[in-house]
Amino acid sequence: MIRTLLSRHSFPISRIFRKHISTTISTNSSESLGLLPTSQSPITPKPHFFNAVSTDGKQLPTYRVIDGVGNVIPGAEIPELDQQLALRIYRNMVLLPIMDNLLYNIQRQGKISFYYGEEATIIGTAAALLPDDEVLGQYRELGVLLWRGWGIDEAMAQCFGNEQDMSGKGRQMPVHWGSPMYHFHTISSPLATQIPQAAGVAYALRRDPARRSKNCAAVYFGEGAASEGDFHAGMLFASTIASPTLFIARNNGFAISTPSSEQYFGDGIAARGAGYGIDTIRVDGNDVLAVLSAAREARRRCVESGRGVLLEAMTYRVGHHSTSDDSFAYRARQEVEDRTRIDNPIARYRLFLKNCGWWSDAEEDELKGLLKTDVMRAFKLAESLKRHELKEVFSDVYGGEEP
Amino acid sequence: MTTHSIAPAVRAVRRLSPLTFSFGARRWESTGAEPPPAGGHLPSIATSKILRGTREAALRTPGIKWLDEGGSSPLQNTIGGRETRKMNVYQAVRDAMGITLSKDDTAIVFGEDVAFGGVFRCTMGLAEEFGRERVFNTPLSEQGIAGFGIGVASMGQTAIAEIQFSDYIFPAFDQLVNEAAKFRYRSGGQFNVGGLTVRTPTMSVGHGGLYHSQSPEGFFMGASGLKIVIPRSPIQAKGLLLASIRDPNPVIFMEPKILYRSAIEQVPIDDFELPLGRAEIVVPGADLTLLTWGTPIFHCETALSLLSEPPASLASVVPESARGARVELIDLRTILPWDIETVVESVKRTGRLVIVHEASRTAGVGAEIAAEIQSKAFLKLHAPVRRVTSWDTPVGLQYEKFIIPDAIRVLDGILETLAF
Ligand SMILES: Cc1ncc(C[n+]2csc(CCOP(=O)(O)OP(=O)(O)O)c2C)c(N)n1
Ligand SMILES: [Mg+2]
Repeated sequence: MIRTLLSRHSFPISRIFRKHISTTISTNSSESLGLLPTSQSPITPKPHFFNAVSTDGKQLPTYRVIDGVGNVIPGAEIPELDQQLALRIYRNMVLLPIMDNLLYNIQRQGKISFYYGEEATIIGTAAALLPDDEVLGQYRELGVLLWRGWGIDEAMAQCFGNEQDMSGKGRQMPVHWGSPMYHFHTISSPLATQIPQAAGVAYALRRDPARRSKNCAAVYFGEGAASEGDFHAGMLFASTIASPTLFIARNNGFAISTPSSEQYFGDGIAARGAGYGIDTIRVDGNDVLAVLSAAREARRRCVESGRGVLLEAMTYRVGHHSTSDDSFAYRARQEVEDRTRIDNPIARYRLFLKNCGWWSDAEEDELKGLLKTDVMRAFKLAESLKRHELKEVFSDVYGGEEP
Repeated sequence: MTTHSIAPAVRAVRRLSPLTFSFGARRWESTGAEPPPAGGHLPSIATSKILRGTREAALRTPGIKWLDEGGSSPLQNTIGGRETRKMNVYQAVRDAMGITLSKDDTAIVFGEDVAFGGVFRCTMGLAEEFGRERVFNTPLSEQGIAGFGIGVASMGQTAIAEIQFSDYIFPAFDQLVNEAAKFRYRSGGQFNVGGLTVRTPTMSVGHGGLYHSQSPEGFFMGASGLKIVIPRSPIQAKGLLLASIRDPNPVIFMEPKILYRSAIEQVPIDDFELPLGRAEIVVPGADLTLLTWGTPIFHCETALSLLSEPPASLASVVPESARGARVELIDLRTILPWDIETVVESVKRTGRLVIVHEASRTAGVGAEIAAEIQSKAFLKLHAPVRRVTSWDTPVGLQYEKFIIPDAIRVLDGILETLAF
């Protein structure tokens, strides 16, 4: 019954359940049996099971703007974007693997996560947010901070844990960044804990007269982290206790070695959105223009409705999980090479920029040269600095009068 | 009580010391004859001298800090003209939250069933008075409640969360221990969740069984960065809760649920705080230190009167020589970080320490205190530090009176320690 209903209409299912089902029933079904009391649920004489939130039982669609060679696909619209913004996005995307590369090659011990393959998801969403939207990340979101103007030096200082590391005074492992000035909450290792916290941050924004209806809290997490109870709690709280929370699921296919096919049996993370009654979109996470445009709209809905919105970015973790991981132990080198070649978010976007006449090979070489020099300089500086003083072991445990 | 339930209970008692056995069994029978009222009731509490039943006594509560408008005025610490009102613990808790909500616009109160007043009535009328934007129900998810509260507090606002029973705080354990406790440290002091207070009813009522009787404070002992506070009375609840809410650290505030209705005091109606991190010497003494917190403070008080004036049934086991012992009763109040100084100072004077808590023994809070005391007061000790605690079992419903320490077991602990 629901399935036939759904196939006749193109409403998202959440909408149907919420608003339209009664009218749909009365206008389209001659044998209306009414609704279950105190609900919008139509009575049906047939036992009907369902196992999809899409209208035809297929997987949810993935929104895309440019194809593998940077051409706009039929029917798609390029998001509002001038050359300046377009190039700023590109430069930030290119910077991420350069940082990764260097850190990978020089790191002696400890873990550093890698961003390869997720540049479009990170920078595309960063560009869609206001600079003072609160961001709660998982650990692959350095690009958001860099986008906002946090420097390479700060990032290097955190990775080295030197005396200039203000993120955590050398207390945390690499990639655990944070900066109140840039509205980026400090990364914490336990996965998914930031998700219900984001709902609380968003509620606080809603209660702050200066930021109400202006800012949202954007929370990033992997498809693996989305298996934690905290994911459920976060989605539930943001929808039930209306809080403008933008949930950004980075579905990169792996949680360390576990492929997403072993992470969930349903249709990814997006399929869960309707279960919480929140607006949801799945987007090609390797298409920075699709990410930008979807994230802008998601953010708009989030701030205007004051409720949670879910964006699932489908991408691929091209790098190893971290420097202590060799991913070829659980996936074929060929697969990774193919993804890097065929579906490389930077390459796709570069082709788009070239098509627009906004970018050339000469500029590419110059940019890479500059960024590499800059990253190397920051690295050398970070390496030469001392640690914080030993007394910092004991500070910041408690606030106020230390016990 | 049916005879069917007495038999195993008596068997349980038999494993205790002889003193506990002979009187424990009698207590069980008499309890059977007069069942406690529903909701929990502590018989000794009606006559407790620890509770401050008059205005004068209430206004002289040690360590009280008045927080009137323009708090630094000379008005501070004057008591003339201040009013008190008779309140039980849930009313005092409600009063503290009411004061917070009216003075602090950022403050919110939330949790399961909070909007209608809470299952223990602590939030009664708050939603009506302050609106559903500030006092609201959450979905049934403790990890969500804690995570949400951490998020709110990380934005510099005041989050007062309720976990409906401390037995159900474990789904929130990760958020509290890994997140709230470490928020400041891990961010190099850039972020903190000092505005978070998690209130939760705790300890046994006599018929709560495994999952309505626990005292989980010990599980948080290793979570530096958190504070754990447990009040013993309405005045303490109000003053300590207001201090906890305003403390720049996340605080878990555990409210002994049997005291919600049965502990009654005259409570100052003004805004006041009592100090965190400070134990209180409730009854001064010189021969033995009796340290506890929450509900058992009243069992300890009863034990002290049984010691000095044993009823005929106990006279044979309370030696004359012990009856004159002056026992110092200390309420620890803040469990983390605990007031080592006060306890060590006391034990150095008395040479004897008995610790009473409702949680089971192994790795309970008493273990930590005992270890610290033996290292700081070793040469002053006349007897081993003794712990009077629940047994290392879950809290079986029909055996609750035998599992949770009562006045007789406290008396036994005192006598054995005095006689060592
Ligand atoms: C609660 C918790 N469990 C396990 C880990 C160890 N761990 C770190 S990263 C990771 C995989 C995360 O995968 P995903 O969420 O998909 O993020 P991705 O690394 O793919 O970005 C695991 C299991 C952890 N940090 N926290
Ligand atoms: Mg992943």
